Amino acid sequence: MATASRDIAIAARGINKIFNPGSDEEVIALQDINLEVEAGEFISLIGPSGCGKSTLMRLVGDLLQPSSGELLVNGKSPQQSRLDREYGMVFQAATLYEWRSVTKNVQLPLEVMGYSSDERQLRAQAMLDMVELGAFANHFPWQLSGGMQQRVSIARALAFDPSVLLMDEPFGALDEFTRERMNLELLKIWDQTGKTIIFVTHSISEAVFLSNRIVVMSPRPGRITEIVENTLPYPRDFNTRSDPAYIQLVARVRDLLRDAIASDAAQDRGEA
Amino acid sequence: MAPAGASKAATLRDRLGYYFPTIAIAVGVILAWEILVVVFDIQQFLLPKPSSIFGEFMHQVNLWLAPGERSILFESSGATFWEAFGGFIIGCGGGVLVALITSRWTIVSEATMPFAIAANSVPIIAFAPIMNNWFGITNPASKMAIVAIIVFFPTMINTVRGLTLVDLSQLELMRSYAAAPRDILLKLRIPNALPYMFSAFRVASALSLIGAVVAEFFGGPRATLGVYITQEASAFDFAKAWTAIMMASIIGITFYLLVLYLERRLMPWHVSFRVAG
Repeated sequence: MATASRDIAIAARGINKIFNPGSDEEVIALQDINLEVEAGEFISLIGPSGCGKSTLMRLVGDLLQPSSGELLVNGKSPQQSRLDREYGMVFQAATLYEWRSVTKNVQLPLEVMGYSSDERQLRAQAMLDMVELGAFANHFPWQLSGGMQQRVSIARALAFDPSVLLMDEPFGALDEFTRERMNLELLKIWDQTGKTIIFVTHSISEAVFLSNRIVVMSPRPGRITEIVENTLPYPRDFNTRSDPAYIQLVARVRDLLRDAIASDAAQDRGEA
Repeated sequence: MAPAGASKAATLRDRLGYYFPTIAIAVGVILAWEILVVVFDIQQFLLPKPSSIFGEFMHQVNLWLAPGERSILFESSGATFWEAFGGFIIGCGGGVLVALITSRWTIVSEATMPFAIAANSVPIIAFAPIMNNWFGITNPASKMAIVAIIVFFPTMINTVRGLTLVDLSQLELMRSYAAAPRDILLKLRIPNALPYMFSAFRVASALSLIGAVVAEFFGGPRATLGVYITQEASAFDFAKAWTAIMMASIIGITFYLLVLYLERRLMPWHVSFRVAG
């Protein structure tokens, strides 16, 4: 029993999330979501806006609570997992505290969690070295580029060694070139740390490049259309993107998304 | 050593170059003032010459330095400064404290904000005679009270804003750490409020001196700037009145610069202080 619950990091059964239930602005954000994520897996959630991919991530992270259904993270409720500090979070904006230096930003969760000063500095430096920003420890966020800020934000999320990394379009604000570099770095970090990663994105190529499985979602109501297995071998690198298997997968996900968008547009016409 | 000296000289020259227009304008205005008064033969009681104001000022400096003599001007300046400063500390301190307490409970701060904003538009100075009545006309507390009330509201309003207008993602980050409310306050809300607080303090530094001097117009001890100005003006000794106005300006500017200095020390990271390279 213990082994079984260790293998499954996230288990969602029949999850529904309804915003403003009963009112005119009632929105069914998620309907009947069933998903199991193994420990150490890299899962991407992809879909057009309004499909509930961010909502699903936020349910897992206990930033929102499901309206119904069962959600377990490491065999516990999301709230318990949050209280046990099992979540590292990375948002689209780096959300660094501008009054803190880079190293102090990485140390923020460690301060909150009561680590000793020595331990904080040690860990912050190790994390910054991992994201290759060791030399920028004493800079301030505004002195860094967008990609560098996001790397600090990843270092901060990993500093307290959480078991699950929740990433909400973390590279969405970066240019294509920086984004591809960040993808490579993220895979390297994932390889080093073995975290379970839930990665929300609207970039098909990014989703296919990074993950073990791609959860394709569609809107109104937000639901899972299909879960695409991605058996491309790791480590993946720049050449992966020219691999025929990769290109085929990208096309497959694009088709699935096109169906989702087409049915959404049909609903638009139906309502108009 | 030589290059260091050279670069120091260069930065000094740069700074002089930077401030030169400002200094030139100041000198130009004073010169024009002096010339206009002489050329148009403007009466002393309408507008004294800068040179006679400066002469009166030097006279007061000599009185101040001479043993056994006293300079009412400098005594007044000191007294008014302390009224303004005391009121500033009490009012700003109170404003920050009340903001911290009310922002702890969103309902309370939302309920009090409309009153604070309304109170902020009331001409508090109108209460000066009342304060004289409450604390005694010669008691500095009557002027401090006016200053404190004037600076209290903008400080409180701005601090509440700074404490509550926190980026949602930054709050969610704290939530994901399962941070205690105390940590959220100390590590997020208060640093976030600092720029708001200092913009209030800057306004308050000017307001506090205005408040003190105007409150003194309604009566106070002889040795305060407001009383000094009204008395010398009614005695037609306008050079003296103008020296007092000059002292009030100097104190006001010093006060403002002090707040600015503190701001730079406490939040060097802020946008307004960023320099390229």
